[in-house]
Amino acid sequence: MNRKYTLIAVLAAAMVVVGGLQINRADEFTEKDVQHWQDEYMSVVKVGRDLWTSPELGTNGVACAQCHPNAANTHPETYPKFQQQLGRVIALREMINWCIQQPLEGKPLALDDPRMVAMEAYVHWERRGVALAPGKH
Amino acid sequence: MSRGKVSRRDFLRGAGALAAAGTLPISMVELTFGADKDKESVSFAYISDSHIQHIEKSKFVRNWDRGLIRAVAEANLLQPKPDFVMFGGDLAQLGTKEELDHGAEMLAKLNGDLHCVMGEHDYYLDLGEYWSELFGPHYYSWNQKGVHFVVLNSILTYDEWTFDRWDSGVRRMAEMAGLDNPNGSPFMVGEKQRKWLANDLKGLDPKTPVVVFSHSPIQKIFKNWNFWTEDAEQVQALLKPFDAASVIYGHVHQIQYNQIDNISFNSVMATAWPWPYPRSYVQAESHMPKLTVPMNRADPFHERDATGWQWINVDSGRVSMSYSLSNNTDRVVAWNPKTGRPEDKVFQDKAGRIAPQTHY
Repeated sequence: MNRKYTLIAVLAAAMVVVGGLQINRADEFTEKDVQHWQDEYMSVVKVGRDLWTSPELGTNGVACAQCHPNAANTHPETYPKFQQQLGRVIALREMINWCIQQPLEGKPLALDDPRMVAMEAYVHWERRGVALAPGKH
Repeated sequence: MSRGKVSRRDFLRGAGALAAAGTLPISMVELTFGADKDKESVSFAYISDSHIQHIEKSKFVRNWDRGLIRAVAEANLLQPKPDFVMFGGDLAQLGTKEELDHGAEMLAKLNGDLHCVMGEHDYYLDLGEYWSELFGPHYYSWNQKGVHFVVLNSILTYDEWTFDRWDSGVRRMAEMAGLDNPNGSPFMVGEKQRKWLANDLKGLDPKTPVVVFSHSPIQKIFKNWNFWTEDAEQVQALLKPFDAASVIYGHVHQIQYNQIDNISFNSVMATAWPWPYPRSYVQAESHMPKLTVPMNRADPFHERDATGWQWINVDSGRVSMSYSLSNNTDRVVAWNPKTGRPEDKVFQDKAGRIAPQTHY
């Protein structure tokens, strides 16, 4: 029993170190925590927006935002969906890669590349509030 | 309606792939709902928003080049020959000499007289100086077959933004080039040009049809992407005395049309790429004219889909647009004298609309 409590204490301490915030139990957080996590998210959204509007992912100077201002017409709420032109169900990030390869004439990103995550974060942020509609064409 | 024409055009597309296109005419058929056959009509081809984009040295973005090359080749097939050809602005992407020269070279292949409209992508690097060397004045007017045609430079903005805010023309151009860039600034015709227009229209018989060519819409649709002209109402007021006034505009890369009092509004397609309808950006308010039946949603897997050009007929002072759509069924938006507004010949009735016209 003692060893178990010791383990929990060690884990809790580790979480404090990782989180870098005030001492919390697992299910307790403050408004300040929420704000911090949102800020972390928004910093990645900003990275995504910067990539979306820059030519650096391609080779021909074209940026995603040229055809998709404010990431419009990307319909993140509909993915994964059957992409009829490819004949299979795909995730949004596969479509982002398709655009990087075709109109941007660039090399696809790894699906877990932080830049891909950032662009997905940006696309979703611009579409916030829209109800999920998986599979919708 | 225009079904016969459409199948002929579809045939032309197939034939075009066999390089036979150069010998096949595209017929300009009567488009209006109730055209007065005794009255002379004016017709012209209208190509717009080609966004020729320089990469480096002699390399340009192939996709946008192809759009303009195709539009020019098709416009040259029109029979009978149009009275003139318009280019609606945004020939270049970043207004450079290389881009404007390359675009001008492609436009030089057009048969007939060419009139050009200034777009923001042509303007904000050097305030239209090099564009002017190639294409002439920024705003002007002429009379042809009883119609008074006016070209406006509607993409100006506040002096402070243009002259004081940026440390270079390159930076200024880059800031205005981003459609959704919050550092941009709303388009306007401006006081100087409005005075010129008032003077230009003075003494003109109110029965004279007036057709205004602008890059921005001369109406307020969606500020976020500059589908917008800040002094739209003041320009509209100058057109109010005329029985029939029309505004034909580019910039929006999509089919739009509207009627405000006596003024008809029609947009033209881009040859480069389509833009989403404003309603698909849910974080900002937009005012798309209710009259507009949208173009089909673009299929990115067809490179030229939702791009195209148009030929336009002005008959009895009213505008009929025939959209020549590269990867899609052509559309006709024409003045309907019964309802007093432009209408799509096939899709105006809600019951006739198709699923791809639903944008979200």
